[in-house]
Amino acid sequence: MELFINQLINGLNTGSIYALVAIGYTMVYGIIRLINFAHGEIMMFGSYFAFIFAYMMPFELPFVAIIVIAMVFAALMGMLIERIAYKKLRTAPRISALITAIGMSLFLQNLAQLIFGATPKVMHPLVSTEPVVILGYNISLLTLLTIGLSIFFMVVLTLFVRKTKPGKAMRAVSQDKEAAILMGINVNKIISLTFAIGSALGALGGIFYAMAYSNVEPTLGVMPGLKAFIAAVFGGIGNITGAMIGGYLIGIIETMVKAYISSKWVDAIVFGLLIVILLFKPSGLLGKNVKEKV
Amino acid sequence: MKKILTIISTLVLAVLLSACGAKEDTVKFGVIGPLTGDYSMYGIAVENGAKLAAAELNADGGVLGKTLEIIAYDSKGEATEGVNAYNRLRDQDEVNALIGGTFSGVTLAVKQLAVEDGMPVLSPTATNPDVTLNAANVFRACYTDSYQGSVAAVFAADSLSATNVAVMYNRDDAYSQGLAQAFMDEFDARSLSYTAFEFGATDDDYSAILTNIKSGGYDAVFLPAYVAEVGKALTQADALGLEMPFIGGDGWDGIEADYAAVAEGNYFANHYAKTDESEVIQDFVANYTEEYGEAPNALAALAYDAVYAMAAAMEDAGSTDYEAVVAALTALDYQNAVTGSIKFDSNGDPIKSITIIKVVEGIHVVETKIDAS
Repeated sequence: MELFINQLINGLNTGSIYALVAIGYTMVYGIIRLINFAHGEIMMFGSYFAFIFAYMMPFELPFVAIIVIAMVFAALMGMLIERIAYKKLRTAPRISALITAIGMSLFLQNLAQLIFGATPKVMHPLVSTEPVVILGYNISLLTLLTIGLSIFFMVVLTLFVRKTKPGKAMRAVSQDKEAAILMGINVNKIISLTFAIGSALGALGGIFYAMAYSNVEPTLGVMPGLKAFIAAVFGGIGNITGAMIGGYLIGIIETMVKAYISSKWVDAIVFGLLIVILLFKPSGLLGKNVKEKV
Repeated sequence: MKKILTIISTLVLAVLLSACGAKEDTVKFGVIGPLTGDYSMYGIAVENGAKLAAAELNADGGVLGKTLEIIAYDSKGEATEGVNAYNRLRDQDEVNALIGGTFSGVTLAVKQLAVEDGMPVLSPTATNPDVTLNAANVFRACYTDSYQGSVAAVFAADSLSATNVAVMYNRDDAYSQGLAQAFMDEFDARSLSYTAFEFGATDDDYSAILTNIKSGGYDAVFLPAYVAEVGKALTQADALGLEMPFIGGDGWDGIEADYAAVAEGNYFANHYAKTDESEVIQDFVANYTEEYGEAPNALAALAYDAVYAMAAAMEDAGSTDYEAVVAALTALDYQNAVTGSIKFDSNGDPIKSITIIKVVEGIHVVETKIDAS
């Protein structure tokens, strides 16, 4: 039982990272029906920003400041990408935007390689990894922080979307862009805001990922990005709560398979489960089956 | 294009001229290694180590009273380039012996040609078991993967008194698998218990495996892998609060550069320790550092030893005749090498001691030396 709970904590740790990144996929999809494949690369750049501000500055910054600065930079980057690459294609066929997103993903990967080099940089956890004893369980401070901060940001995001005016506007744009314009909502601003929030959360996921696995490299975003995308689809793409649940589920399933079956079977089981879910519930766990208007 | 052609033809001419100029009173050793490209750090270390040994031997009167010359060619780490280099060394430079190749793949490609020619070959660093099989004239200075794995098991059982060990290895990597298998075979032979934990090359997250290891109450963890994986695993083990010692192989060399804190107190097997206080090692490290401006790695040390061993065999044989030198190598017992004494078994693999290093405050400390059982 103790082992099971320890493994559950491991699963929550990876699940938090997947959930944070999955939110970005799902928000962008919800608002402009685009699968932003460059999101994994924003996650990667987020971890590089944190690396730069943690190790390459002449002054020492507190951990919270590093995280906030990296998130702000990633948010700006996300908005910039949207302005440059996706805005012009908003009325183009969906496949064009998708291809552009894939191109953007490759471009950013190579850009990172050009700037930072292909060799992985070692990123030591910026907070103590010393285990803290809680109810008899050893949990590292980093794990606590990963799970805690993720949940905190998810709660804030949910409140923001449900209770505030920009949140309401966001929901309006995702439901019907034309009607939202008629209601006087600045759609461009709302789309930028969506990219900014998604990218900032993705960067946070990237920073935790880099600290947990002590590495920053140009291909850092590829695998977790893909897994987070699956989490978003799993939970019902376009649905923020779904993305969170999907992220945690995938993280926990992965860890449990590694712990109790074999690490060989992880991908087979996770992807297999995805196929099964989509067979029975094509729109994902919480997704609504919306008929396309003709 | 023209420029490149000119450069190449100039180079070829230069090599030809220098070959013409070579006098009869030199002994020549060929070296093959990746001197350019992604793996150049390995080939250059081998070339540097070999040249340092040659310079020292020459200052001491040379080999068989003649000057020793090292001729190094680039293999780029590719088999075909390696074969070209070998042909050039044999036909154009008429080398007396080969110190190479550096990589197992290149050495295997060159091996067949060398067996036909009967040339004495002493590879400093090729660890693949097939390199020395069915080839009376092919030897190596490094120990094989399996030998290293079983010595790590001997260390775990005898020095750490471990009776139950977790073996954590990368199933996608032949090196990691080879060491793990040998370790488990040795534990089987001693009827000690172990549990194998596999991970994949693309895995970043080892926390599930490490949590299982933690709850299993093992005495130690054997983790034969390269620095990139070892660093991640040790960082996560630290965060999960694993207390037992980790043991690794020569893939851990350099772990202290980036992961000194998490590697603290752990052990790994290596060809030699930079901090070993024996005179021959300290002299080698000092001379190498003075000559090339950086501390030698294990590959440089092995190449250095290989040149000395080959020279010793030639002195024993009293000539550079292929057959006589091969016979002398077979019977060689070269003591006092940087990487431990060199003596070959019937395959041509060395029977030598392995240094077990403990990482203490970011420095390699010699824990023990384990001789072949």
